[in-house]
Amino acid sequence: MIRLSINGKTHNVEVDPNTPLLWVIREQVGLTGTKYGCGIAQCGACTVHIDGAAVRSCSFPVSAAAGKRITTIEGLAQGKNLHKVQQAWLEHDVPQCGYCQSGMIMAVAALLKEKPKPTDADIDAAITNICRCGTFQQVREAIHAAANANANAKA
Amino acid sequence: MQMNRRTFIIGSAAVGGGLALGLRLPFGPDVARAQDGSPEVGVWVAIAPDDTVNIRVVRSEMGQGTITGLAQLVAEELECDWSRVRIEYPTPGESVKRKRAWGDFSTGGSRGIRESHEYVRKGGAAARVMLVQAAANQWKVPASECTAANSVITHAPSKRRTTYGKVAEAAARLPVPQDVALKDPKTWKLAGKPIKRLDTRDKVNGRMVYGIDLNMPGMLNAAIKACPVFGGTVKSYDAAQVSGMQGVRKVVQVGDDAVAVVADTWWQAKSALDKLPVVWDEGPNAKVSSATIAEVLKAGLDADQAFIGNQNGNAKEALGGAAKKVEAVYAYPFQNHACMEPMNITARYTPDKCEVWGPTQNGEGAFAAVLAASGLPAEKVDVYKTMLGGGFGRRGAYPNDYVTQAVLIAKQMPGTPIKLLWSREEDMLHGRYHPVMQCRLTGGLDANGNLSALHMRLSGQSILAAVRPQVVQEQKGRDPLSFQGVFESGEHAFTYDVPNLLIDHAMRNTHVPPGFWRGVNINQNAVFMECFMDELAEAAGQDALEFRRKLLGKSPRALGVLNAVAEKIGWGKPAPKGVYRGLAHLKAFNSYVAGAAEISVTDGNKVKIHRIVGATDPGYAVNPAQIERQVAGSFVYGLSALFFQECTVKDGHIEQTNFHEYNSMRIAQMPKVETILLPTGGTVWGGIGEPTICVAAPAVLNAYYRATGKRIRSVPLKNHGIELV
Repeated sequence: MIRLSINGKTHNVEVDPNTPLLWVIREQVGLTGTKYGCGIAQCGACTVHIDGAAVRSCSFPVSAAAGKRITTIEGLAQGKNLHKVQQAWLEHDVPQCGYCQSGMIMAVAALLKEKPKPTDADIDAAITNICRCGTFQQVREAIHAAANANANAKA
Repeated sequence: MQMNRRTFIIGSAAVGGGLALGLRLPFGPDVARAQDGSPEVGVWVAIAPDDTVNIRVVRSEMGQGTITGLAQLVAEELECDWSRVRIEYPTPGESVKRKRAWGDFSTGGSRGIRESHEYVRKGGAAARVMLVQAAANQWKVPASECTAANSVITHAPSKRRTTYGKVAEAAARLPVPQDVALKDPKTWKLAGKPIKRLDTRDKVNGRMVYGIDLNMPGMLNAAIKACPVFGGTVKSYDAAQVSGMQGVRKVVQVGDDAVAVVADTWWQAKSALDKLPVVWDEGPNAKVSSATIAEVLKAGLDADQAFIGNQNGNAKEALGGAAKKVEAVYAYPFQNHACMEPMNITARYTPDKCEVWGPTQNGEGAFAAVLAASGLPAEKVDVYKTMLGGGFGRRGAYPNDYVTQAVLIAKQMPGTPIKLLWSREEDMLHGRYHPVMQCRLTGGLDANGNLSALHMRLSGQSILAAVRPQVVQEQKGRDPLSFQGVFESGEHAFTYDVPNLLIDHAMRNTHVPPGFWRGVNINQNAVFMECFMDELAEAAGQDALEFRRKLLGKSPRALGVLNAVAEKIGWGKPAPKGVYRGLAHLKAFNSYVAGAAEISVTDGNKVKIHRIVGATDPGYAVNPAQIERQVAGSFVYGLSALFFQECTVKDGHIEQTNFHEYNSMRIAQMPKVETILLPTGGTVWGGIGEPTICVAAPAVLNAYYRATGKRIRSVPLKNHGIELV
């Protein structure tokens, strides 16, 4: 039995401790917003937050997540209020097929926590998710917009 | 959860989970109804009493924005309240029952909008006429005195108003008018505007349901492995080795070439499959390699027999008499689509019903695959589409490999829903690959440096010979699609006017199955033709743009997009220090497209793409904001292919197994994309999703030559030690 805290809720799961966190989130816990893309931490579609940091959950054993604070795309909004990154994504109409976007949004949310006003170089270094539709131009615009929303909120 | 519901609903109005759990409502059979019970007003529109407008779409949404664009076109004619629009996917089973009421489901070839715009607009217009008539009947006034706007019908003389929702039941009982006038696109208020997509909200909160996300009571998960060598079969496997593993329910053979493990969860199925001993009969292709395939294609460059795709004058004779001759050989590799969502589908089979749920670019193609694999008649089969995590041609109708597999597994466990999901590795090893091609171009210049003769010899694989052999048979062996962008006529016609021209194809098919890959054959044909145009211009001592312009006298729309990108990129004006430019154009899918790139190169091999300008003339533009995104996205897909992507063959199988060996562009490498939209109208609508993909690669290659003096003639650039930074 492994005890997981996901989006503020506790889940006790009975799984092989080597099972990647991704598959426990998707199959045992039933939160399917976090996606499988490659299984080898290359594409970032499976990105979640563990204690606030972006982690590629397809290559992270569930046993290592026990007792930590896990946030998935479903837990990013505060109730009905979308996270500023989600809001910027809506306003900039970022997703195309949308499959990679949960991971992209989670990676960006973690970046903004660390660097509230990232430069283009910061974005290039931190956001390495694959998007086969090619939404990068809108992704970059929306990151800057979310960062500005951040600044305005603080002002 | 009721699984045999008729439709999936997609869009911001969809109820929790992004997947409406519809109930069959107790309405009579007199009027056809949408899933929410609202009456159909013609087949394209159903309107609920609360004025919710269900617009039917049968083309698949895979990110290209087609459901939004088609809904805009229907809503434009319907005059409905856009904020109340949602999308409904009728099923192929429903369509078959109703004599294909919604037409073609196929979503490829950039056809989603361009080949259905007329009948969906008529559907919207017909519904408006019916709704207005129903209101007029109620008020006992002539319909001609009533007007409709924003889902409200007004009879001005008596100052009466009603809404679409209030008269929809009555409207649904009126005959559907066949002869309705369509608006002049110049008067559009909703279509043609850069409005937001309908499906974004659920894509930012994790609620959108893709095939991989489906869950049903009692559902089991399957992982599959097919013989890595195409054409090989299963010799034996030892199920006992894994049948005791946690969660494993069954180990099954799937057709003659694959084995699957069915388990409680997919991770358990995949873990067991990894440990399952399988012996393959690799068949006759086990010795084929990229090198042996390249030899076969190389021989085709000199073959006597070839199918002609475009010809005028006498190219061979004119080449013999040319003042100057230029020759070059180019090559293009196999490439995988690598959709972000690996292939998957969920199937449930009983002797009375076989249903599948999941992503497909062609509901009817999937339907045909279920029919064949289940052995059941059409009335006992149906297909329910989810959102697609990318498509790019991989999820088209031919051959629906993953659908067939899922049904074959489900047949071995009747009554149990089976979700079959391919691993990324399976997806890489069993693609339907971009065809492999070589090309020799020979050009002749006269004494004044004019292009007097051109021979383009293609040698390589035919997609249609593999997937639609009847078309090739009708063409006496020729695959007309091989000539996309350089063909004699039609939506992929060659735009240059060359007095002596021969474009022919020595068909050399391989055991590696080819498929439609975003842009299809325009990818290689544009690299071949547009890089060679630069080679010819240089040999003639002329500017690459001027050289092209002289050959485009009979193609004003091609000239239009080419001039537009040249102007925007600053062609003919000095570039910033260290920055070099290249350009390219083509006609594809009935759109005219051009691209111009600015790059710099450091250390001779590190390429930075600063900007790409893309121009497109599709005739009509339904949603400029989505077109911009499609153009930029096509460049990402095309440039990923140019720099990184090749599927090589060793011992009969594909060598690349995942993204670490098959890279894709990241945000750091993304150039600034500037889109120019030049819709010039006319009677023919062009496509959007694919055409521009083909101009990015030659524009960058031509710029690379200017920067380095090195002419690169084969893809991908990683094979030349060239990096994208």
